[in-house]
Amino acid sequence: MTMKKTGFLFDQRYLLHDTGPYHPEVPERLQAIYQGIEEAGLISKLKMISAVRADLKWVEAVHSVDYIRRFEEVCFSGQRTLDSPDNRMCRETYETALLAVGGVLQVVDLLMQNQIDNAFCAVRPPGHHAEVSEAMGFCYFNNIAIAARYLQQQWKVPKIGIIDFDVHHGNGTQHIFEKDPSVFYYSIHQHPSFAYPGTGREFEKGSVDGYGFTKNTPVLPGQGDEDYRYYIKRDLVPAFGHFKPDMILVSTGFDGHMDDDMSDVKLSTDAFTWIMETIFQMAEDHSKGKLISILEGGYSLKRLPELARNHVQVLLDGHIHQ
Amino acid sequence: MFVSRSMTSKVVTLQPDATVLEAQKLMAMHHIRHLPVIDGEDRLVGVVTDRDVRSVLPYDCYKNPKCAEGNEKYSRLKVKDIMTVEPFTISPSDTIQDALLLIQEKRIGAFPVVDNTGKLKGIISVRDLLRAFTNVLGIGEPGTLLCILVEEKVGQMKKIVDAITEEGISFGSILVARYWEKDKRAVFPYLLTQNISRVKKKLQEMGYTLLDPMDWYLDQLPKHE
Repeated sequence: MTMKKTGFLFDQRYLLHDTGPYHPEVPERLQAIYQGIEEAGLISKLKMISAVRADLKWVEAVHSVDYIRRFEEVCFSGQRTLDSPDNRMCRETYETALLAVGGVLQVVDLLMQNQIDNAFCAVRPPGHHAEVSEAMGFCYFNNIAIAARYLQQQWKVPKIGIIDFDVHHGNGTQHIFEKDPSVFYYSIHQHPSFAYPGTGREFEKGSVDGYGFTKNTPVLPGQGDEDYRYYIKRDLVPAFGHFKPDMILVSTGFDGHMDDDMSDVKLSTDAFTWIMETIFQMAEDHSKGKLISILEGGYSLKRLPELARNHVQVLLDGHIHQ
Repeated sequence: MFVSRSMTSKVVTLQPDATVLEAQKLMAMHHIRHLPVIDGEDRLVGVVTDRDVRSVLPYDCYKNPKCAEGNEKYSRLKVKDIMTVEPFTISPSDTIQDALLLIQEKRIGAFPVVDNTGKLKGIISVRDLLRAFTNVLGIGEPGTLLCILVEEKVGQMKKIVDAITEEGISFGSILVARYWEKDKRAVFPYLLTQNISRVKKKLQEMGYTLLDPMDWYLDQLPKHE
């Protein structure tokens, strides 16, 4: 297979969102990611993409106008949190969140214009916990949900498949699309009885017309590589085989790593490679390789460099050369 | 934690002279299994259950109401002929703990709630109790569960609660499992945050063991090939 044209969204301005002391969602996460990719000599193989500010019209495709205004006001008034003490902000947070959305939409455009085949978006703040009208779990704007709506409305892509392997359930993304049969949301995460945010139980399968287009695989604390392989082959691969998405979006979270203290799931570095190879193959099979990975969590500064390097390597080649 | 707060107040009721078929229809329509029977002054005179109805109708008629309607014997059956008179009841000022223990002891699915003048105020069912305890557990809100092993001695909870409070974290609930290992208890704080790495580290530095739920679960898991 020839090497893919892989985009890499990264922007120094994503470091400006400052969460203050004793918070795991720090700018150093992105620096660690960049460093891992750079030290592996991969930067020259990637198409570098920088952020642009999102048109509010697209943010409004997911979030309520009231919420967007409230976020802007609270942020510019200098308050340090939005909706929960978890969501620590600085004055640049609102603008940074708009740059994260705008960067991802820019990547969508490049991909739809065939300038790239797939991409990794190293954005902050993350998005998958953000609800229509509420900030949650370090997330303000739901980047991946906005990207999905943009793909459908601007680029007329009919069916979007979202895969969320962040160790926490993407409650926001699930709720936004739970009634929508044109967006399949699959998430594998630490069991909600033990981990934030307490949703994503197996019986949550969507509702009304969207029933059956949401699928959750809860993983128990202490489970790891073998369990993920088993569950992904059992739940995700057949579901997407049936759904046949025209585009795959990935909520990429590295926080299920055994050295990440935000969860009790114990994945090895190699397991993340296997997950990404499996997703890459699904994109080959169903969506002509079209695949956009968007960063959510992952807090181990020690492990992020190797995890990001492997992630990008798989996007370029479909696998890692051993 | 009073029954009056957790019970269902809008009760579907019947008079003693109503027919069994009406009772069956009402239960099916409202997806319920217990109907308090009252007199003209809202005083409780009995309870009729899904099981009472089932036991007086032949299987075919229970499944198909049309069959019973055409049968004089069954269509004339009255609720007062099959209801439980003087059922177990509970008072609005009893607690949901009382209700829980009583339901366990009597093996009954629901109690009519009756005030001291004998009037029906509501009904509390296993379903109502589950809702009440879901609320007490706090699991309707986003959060993270910690599992801490502590020695059984005075003052442990205070230290844990203080340590968590100092981090500015709110509690959804705290459960204590009283019997865990010999002389040990397990404490389960449900914390309304995603940001738990620091508080976990802090509790460990204070000498507490954070339980890995897998310690007791691992052996029961199916092994994957």
